Amino acid sequence: MIIEDVPPDAVDRSGRPVLEVDELTVTFRRRGEQPMRAVDGVSFAVAPGETVGLVGESGCGKSVTSLAVMGLLPRRGVQVGGSVRLDGRELVGAPDRALRELRGADMAMVFQDPLSSLNPTVPIGTQVTEVLLEHRDLSRKDATAQATDLLDRVGIPDPARRLKEYPHQLSGGMRQRALIAMALACRPRLLIADEPTTALDVTIQAQILELLRELVVDSGTALVMITHDLGVVAGLCDRVHVMYSGKIIESADRHELFARPRQPYTGGLLASVPRLDGVRGAPLHPIRGSARDVIPWAEGCAFAPRCDHAQDDCLTEVAGSTVPLEYDGPGRELRCRHPLEYPRSPAGATAAGAAR
Amino acid sequence: MTAIGDVRRRRIDELAARAGQVPEGEGGVSLTKSAFRRLRRNPVAITGAVIVVVFLVVAAFAPLLAPRDPLAQTLLGEIRPGFIPGAREGFPLGADELGRDLLSRLIVGSRQSLLIGVVSTVLGVVVGMALGVLAGAFGGWVDTVVMRFIDIILSIPSLLMAISISVLLGQNQWSLVIAIAVTQVPVFARLLRGSMLAQRGSDYVLASQALGIKRSRIVFGHVLPNSLSPLIVQATLSLATAIIEAAALSFLGLGDPDLARPEWGAMLSNAQDFLSVRPELAIYPALCIIVVALGFTLLGESLREALDPKFRR
Repeated sequence: MIIEDVPPDAVDRSGRPVLEVDELTVTFRRRGEQPMRAVDGVSFAVAPGETVGLVGESGCGKSVTSLAVMGLLPRRGVQVGGSVRLDGRELVGAPDRALRELRGADMAMVFQDPLSSLNPTVPIGTQVTEVLLEHRDLSRKDATAQATDLLDRVGIPDPARRLKEYPHQLSGGMRQRALIAMALACRPRLLIADEPTTALDVTIQAQILELLRELVVDSGTALVMITHDLGVVAGLCDRVHVMYSGKIIESADRHELFARPRQPYTGGLLASVPRLDGVRGAPLHPIRGSARDVIPWAEGCAFAPRCDHAQDDCLTEVAGSTVPLEYDGPGRELRCRHPLEYPRSPAGATAAGAAR
Repeated sequence: MTAIGDVRRRRIDELAARAGQVPEGEGGVSLTKSAFRRLRRNPVAITGAVIVVVFLVVAAFAPLLAPRDPLAQTLLGEIRPGFIPGAREGFPLGADELGRDLLSRLIVGSRQSLLIGVVSTVLGVVVGMALGVLAGAFGGWVDTVVMRFIDIILSIPSLLMAISISVLLGQNQWSLVIAIAVTQVPVFARLLRGSMLAQRGSDYVLASQALGIKRSRIVFGHVLPNSLSPLIVQATLSLATAIIEAAALSFLGLGDPDLARPEWGAMLSNAQDFLSVRPELAIYPALCIIVVALGFTLLGESLREALDPKFRR
């Protein structure tokens, strides 16, 4: 599949970031309860054509980050701080109307479950054309023609007929393709994909990832990939931010991260993936315990209670002694007092080879 | 060997050819269409539909179907204290307490009962839907105001409410319609608001918000169509209640004062004094009310089943 209708010069490769997230914090407030900080000082940037992965286990704040970027969090009871800039435009605190006009046109999102993300009572065609009619000055006829074209582009066979069908008549992979078509209908500058392959068969997963790479990356759209699946990261992302309990704990390029994870949490994630080339019968190494609801970053490192490498100074009783995110070699940042160390030769790295 | 291989190859080719096509009638089946298809296969639905249709036809062509004038007191001369003439030639169900043909009165009376039932339910649905959409779409203080208003209406016993309204508006059939409609409104408003709230939190609403769709479009194009099916079902069931309530109000003497229009509830009420003489005078109108209500209930129940996505294939 080749994207023909994007002239090469239209692709923005200036390298100036499309999305800049700076010290984003999201706090949920409920009456009678302690405020809950779900995202705590997250910063990252995405350049055109770049794919950035946000990785972490459930509850670490990756989905909340994406909703905050899109401005989709409810206003009541949620406090968003810091700054989110799309092409230099500040989104935090922007009026609802301005945000709505940007959503779908300049930034779009693909969700996890393709069946529930489509309206069951409305034909696919109406749902695709609706986006076009909302953001583009098109007649209904032109919009339908464009929708047919879009479905064709995302690899849905016989698009003219599929337009008249309802979501339950499409297979899971096709539904996700339709959702991608809707998200890309107005050629957004930024696409956020929130676990787009989690609800799909393994065979379909690869197809969808390939489709995203072709449609998004090759046309210069910035892609934020939210996932807990390290296979997705390995296949698609340029840069990876690992999140834990609302904070980024390690950032690195994909190859670097897989070859030499420095945070014990990242190392644990990589070690807990089953491997085909490993010794038969060798036990998997899960990370002990599970993420806690209360985020104890204030007292050192939130991961320390589960960490095999934790030492006495990882968990302090002193409030406000959060382990900082620090420079850790070119292109890397790390939040850890006792990171994993590697001998000089990268070949000796324990988790090496996970990089593909 | 080759023969078997050929057969197998042919079968695979056939399967492959078939995989490309969609079975006939499967393309673009909407929720309503597939619900209708399931409805047609359900004997309960058919029974309900037949009852409803029969009564509707009878009501529509009542003047043609009634064998006699429902007002002519043909048998008045035979009525004695303690005796009302029963069934005989030309009077299949006998006469009422004033010597009028009972069958003709029942047939013509169906008009009044069905009319009041249908009109008041439609009115209740329209107003209830408007309030429900208001509460469900806006939330916040609009929701609070609307719902408290609904709660107030709901806290008044429906019969008492209907009686007060028909007394307030004067005795005619339209005040009866309004009285019944008012008691229906809270049910529909609450129902719609509830199902809209449930839909509002669903993924596809978030997905349309992420695509920058306008709120009005999300409410009317996405949330409302998904919230309607409980309302449709409730409307069918409410028709039965409305007919019973209309009969009840007529029975209490709050119905149409125009005696020229026979009505089942009023007939039932009049028959009270003659229960010991001829119980049929009460039994037949009561039976009519029960059967119509049953018809609508059966139809409503099977509609609910048919629209339930769990049964959907």
